[in-house]
Amino acid sequence: MIQINNLHKSYVMGSNSLHVLKGLNLEIEAGEFVSIMGSSGSGKSTLLNILGILDDYDQGSYYLGGKLMQGLNETKAALTRNEMIGFIFQSFNLISFKNAMENVALPLYYQKVSRKKRNQIALEYLDRLGLKEWAHHLPNELSGGQKQRVAIARALISKPKIILADEPTGALDSTTSFEVMDILKEINDQGITVIIVTHEHDIASMTKKIIRLKDGVIEEIIKNGELQLFKARVRTE
Amino acid sequence: MFDIDVWQEIFSTIKKNKLRTFLTGFSVAWGIFMLMILLGSGNGLQNGVKEQFADNSVNIMWMWTGETSIPFQGLKEGRPIKFNNDDYTFLNEKSEDLELVSSRYYLPGSVMYTYKNEYGSFETSSCHPALKEMEKIKIVSGRFINDLDMSDFRKVIVVGDNIRKALFKDEDPIGKYLKLNNVPFKVVGVSYDKKRRDERTAYIPVTTAQRIFNGADRVHSFALTTKMVKTVEEAEAITENVRQEMALRHNFDPKDKRAMGSFNMLAEYIRTMKIFQAIKIFVWIIGIGTLIAGIVGVSNIMLILVKERTREIGIRKALGATPSSVIGLVLLESVLITTVAGYTGLVIGVSIMEGINYFLEQMFASGGGDGMFFRNPTVDFTTAIASTLILIISGAIAGYLPARKAANVKPIEALKEE
Repeated sequence: MIQINNLHKSYVMGSNSLHVLKGLNLEIEAGEFVSIMGSSGSGKSTLLNILGILDDYDQGSYYLGGKLMQGLNETKAALTRNEMIGFIFQSFNLISFKNAMENVALPLYYQKVSRKKRNQIALEYLDRLGLKEWAHHLPNELSGGQKQRVAIARALISKPKIILADEPTGALDSTTSFEVMDILKEINDQGITVIIVTHEHDIASMTKKIIRLKDGVIEEIIKNGELQLFKARVRTE
Repeated sequence: MFDIDVWQEIFSTIKKNKLRTFLTGFSVAWGIFMLMILLGSGNGLQNGVKEQFADNSVNIMWMWTGETSIPFQGLKEGRPIKFNNDDYTFLNEKSEDLELVSSRYYLPGSVMYTYKNEYGSFETSSCHPALKEMEKIKIVSGRFINDLDMSDFRKVIVVGDNIRKALFKDEDPIGKYLKLNNVPFKVVGVSYDKKRRDERTAYIPVTTAQRIFNGADRVHSFALTTKMVKTVEEAEAITENVRQEMALRHNFDPKDKRAMGSFNMLAEYIRTMKIFQAIKIFVWIIGIGTLIAGIVGVSNIMLILVKERTREIGIRKALGATPSSVIGLVLLESVLITTVAGYTGLVIGVSIMEGINYFLEQMFASGGGDGMFFRNPTVDFTTAIASTLILIISGAIAGYLPARKAANVKPIEALKEE
């Protein structure tokens, strides 16, 4: 599903250039449940942005679903995002003046689905996440967990191949966090690739594969079988 | 573009910033309002002055004789110059610059008009039939002087409405005989002109006048219409040309204004209209200046709006909004604000001018407003349409920069902002 070879990315700030990703190689199969970890400055957010085609890269190659993602113009990038990727953000990023249903329906608006139809589909997705009676509420009338569930519904509605979640539990308490993780796990069980960026070990340990970044390259990959070990190690740390 | 969602979003942002949107719109409305008031006033002034010219054909020209004031070819000054019927024939046939010609013989002394027991002294204008068209003489009943009257030296007269009132009271004057210094003239028509001066004038054939009042072939003055030209220079060239010809025929210096006086209305008319053209350009400059201030205001507001909505635009882009859809959203909002506000200003401005026009017309209808230099101060339909188009284009221009800024929003940058 995702294939990254020798990826380089640097940010130019005035006369200084900050080399963030330094020849990163990564492969993620379809249907994987992956978390990306690393300390701040390790390049995990940059990697996520590149994965989400929100940002371009300098060197190397990135194949998404077999297609090379490089030098896309904005329109093509937008279409690819719309078709392939569902985003979940730490701060939910719901549009404040739209109610839950309209927020969920937004990706379909950009697919030119008729208003009536997309609102109906949005209601189905909200129902699935247990938010049907909240469909006509504005985001500021919802709790954090509810907001994130609306955001998840919005990420799912365009039937993406990949869900990219940037600290999806960062703004939630632990109970709600686990609820959200359960939902993500369910989504993964339906065959959608889920990639989470997090710095919380207990959240990461709920995924099936952990990728640890350090200084712009992958430090270690902890796979399914070794997760028990990882969990134990986390407890001792 | 006519997607209900797009409108919903635009209205929701406008609703969030009611006062700001109103103030922005107000500046645009004010610009268009002022433009309409200024244009309407300009038109009113122009129409008022045109009305003053409307008593005659605008291309009318008069010339009359006097005494020479400059010695010429050995002839001393103080020599009287006299036009005659040959001059009429010459002017009528030869000159390409002229269209209609009418000659006039001044009746000697004051002429007493009598009908039964009524009498009075009025102005008598001897003329050719062409004068009717040249001086825009309106005939209320009967007819004007015609060619047969001329060739048969008929003693016929067309009286002004005031003469009719003074002499005939309630009688129908057509076919009746009134006496001019004891010579009976048959009334063939009644003329009317809202200028009182003209209503006190009677018209008789110049041929008859010459014969009855011992004029021989003497002509005192000519009324001419020149061909229509566009510039003052051309109009003055025609005057100069006619003066040259007449100077040649009567042996005087063409520069001698005392030997032969002349007045070309067309030159004056063109000059006046030029002034109004200048005023109009001036008005447009002011109006457009005001409008530009409004546009800058709208643009500014849209820029702030885009800045405020950076995050939202970023979210939309992450969810698959294409740059063109973002541009469309901002542009449409800008066009909507300017068009609605501008149209409001337009309607108010035009309504006020129409209101003023209504009162003016009432005043004119009730016989007042004489010498008023203000008439029909309205803006024509084309101008209103053009202004509306200008508004829409302005809205697009105002929205262009903010829209481009919005389209350039990078989703990552936008999402980073808290």
